[in-house]
Amino acid sequence: MTYKILTANRLQDGLVIYLGADGWSADIDSARKAFDDDQAAALDDLGRQAAARNEVADPYLIDLEDDGPVRWREVIRANGPTVRRDLGYQADRHAGGGH
Amino acid sequence: MYRYDEFDHTFVKERVDQFRDQIARRLSGEITEDEFKPLRLMNGLYLQLHAYMLRVAIPYGTLSARQMHTLAHIARAYDKGYGHFTTRQNIQYNWPALVDVPDLLDELAKVEMHALQTSGNVIRNVTADQYAGVTAGEVEDPRIYAEIIRQWSTLHPEFSFLPRKFKIAVTGTETDRAAVKLHDIGIAMLRNDAGEAGFRIDVGGGQGRTPIVAETIRDFLPKQDLLSYLEAVLRVYNTLGRRDNIYKARIKILVQETGVAHFTELVEEEFAQIRGGTLDLPGAEIERIRAYFAPPAFESLEDSPEELTSAQTADAEFGAWVRTNVSAHKVSGYSIVNISLKPVGGIPGDASADEMDAVADLAERYSFGEIRVTHEQNLTLPSVRQKELFSLWLGLKIHGLATANIGHAGDIIACPGLDYCALANARSIPVAQEISRRFANIQRQHDIGRLTINISGCINACGHHHVGNIGLLGVEKNGREFYQVTLGGRADENAGIGRIVGPAFSFEDVPDAVETVVETYLAHREDEDESFIDAYSRLGSHPFKEALYAAR
Repeated sequence: MTYKILTANRLQDGLVIYLGADGWSADIDSARKAFDDDQAAALDDLGRQAAARNEVADPYLIDLEDDGPVRWREVIRANGPTVRRDLGYQADRHAGGGH
Repeated sequence: MYRYDEFDHTFVKERVDQFRDQIARRLSGEITEDEFKPLRLMNGLYLQLHAYMLRVAIPYGTLSARQMHTLAHIARAYDKGYGHFTTRQNIQYNWPALVDVPDLLDELAKVEMHALQTSGNVIRNVTADQYAGVTAGEVEDPRIYAEIIRQWSTLHPEFSFLPRKFKIAVTGTETDRAAVKLHDIGIAMLRNDAGEAGFRIDVGGGQGRTPIVAETIRDFLPKQDLLSYLEAVLRVYNTLGRRDNIYKARIKILVQETGVAHFTELVEEEFAQIRGGTLDLPGAEIERIRAYFAPPAFESLEDSPEELTSAQTADAEFGAWVRTNVSAHKVSGYSIVNISLKPVGGIPGDASADEMDAVADLAERYSFGEIRVTHEQNLTLPSVRQKELFSLWLGLKIHGLATANIGHAGDIIACPGLDYCALANARSIPVAQEISRRFANIQRQHDIGRLTINISGCINACGHHHVGNIGLLGVEKNGREFYQVTLGGRADENAGIGRIVGPAFSFEDVPDAVETVVETYLAHREDEDESFIDAYSRLGSHPFKEALYAAR
């Protein structure tokens, strides 16, 4: 099943964030999902509003399938550089800390 | 080397304070991202895939040991313990937090460094031959003129909103290590028939989606006219360059669309108007700047001292390193040492804070405290006593910095690619790493001889794939990474653009394709003195095409 979620970069440090039920967080797994065009448009609006309130930078929707982002670019954004597994969110996961 | 004067100090401090205020207003929500973006770009701050990225200028590639120690400190205190040296003599930090950037810039300013004009549609960091001032046969040290251009172009009010970015490179020798033919303006020093030093001016070179080798528009420009002439070129470009289409906005497109002859006329007309005016470079001013680049106190030494020759004989590994990484110095008894930032399987151009500190310490001990950064993403110690080469090599080896592959298959240029860059379509670094592993046997690299392999993760060509003997361009096809292979490119004084050899290869297959190309060269070369590029020039693409695609 494919769906969309909303991503952006956090203003203070530029790190990748996703809009979840409780606001923006680094956790892609708890991102709010849009399953149809109306839901996607609503998410998109929330992104625009968050940008207008200067909470985040560059919000946009991305496509996901059951096992994660469809585009390779978004897989790398969600994890960190493939050539440095010790950096990015994947590092926390490898360390067992989650995020 | 050049030291800031009072004006530079005040100016950079004011810019840091101004940007600190702009960041505070951004964080408080007073200004939007749309308003902030052009301001941060004027200060070298990008927003990339994972975080902000700060690009710090290393003017004409010259660094002091003290500055390198500061770069290491910044990597530890404000980033994740490393930095990435780029193909334009900059260093990029991949993880700085926006809130920390003003303090980071303050620390840089203390060692006379900054991130100005490393981004945006302005005249970018002026680059130069990494052997400037120490190589034989140089007309003059090109950094003198690169510094003069830096002073002229910094915050130049007329050229702060050009149609597109603008890159200038300077070389002082016929041998081109600065890729001047691939810049918006390339400047090569030479002497005229009367023996006077001056410049050849090449315009309209560049890579990106429309790779073009620059055309010479002035065979000889007297030194005092340098800034007047550059101003004339920039003024013609600023007036006529296209602003309606980002892909056609570089000066290379203007030169092509106008025609070189007519473009030259326009420049010469403008030059005639302004030459001899306020931009005239007085000899005294050139000498004032030259004094900053005065050579260190070289000792009177013999070439090939016993300490060197006996170590070369006794230690084959050291001998091999000397052959590939050490170059002739203009002063007898000294050598130029290249430090490869391309260990087997490493990330091209990346240096950890510890490695930066180690290079700084070794530079202090062995090279008058001076370091150079090369556009091939390596480092250079410009002046090392030959009798100390072995001790230096041992010092480099401890830190894993003695890879003997300069100018060989493992010395791969690669942009950050999709692992970091928001513009990339495919990864560059892991491809470079895999190819580097394939050629891990250093003896095999030396048998192959001089070969450049350049990789870009998108058509913007930061990895200089167009001018690699073997060039790889990453593209995305149906969500998968593929790599177009170009052959025959070169970035030296005989610069040329490589040609696409055939259909692209997948991420998994492209290292094999590179090996096939290399094996084909080895099978066809006349002898081991015929380099890859010479063999390709003789053979054309046919045998390579055959080898790559016949089995498909």
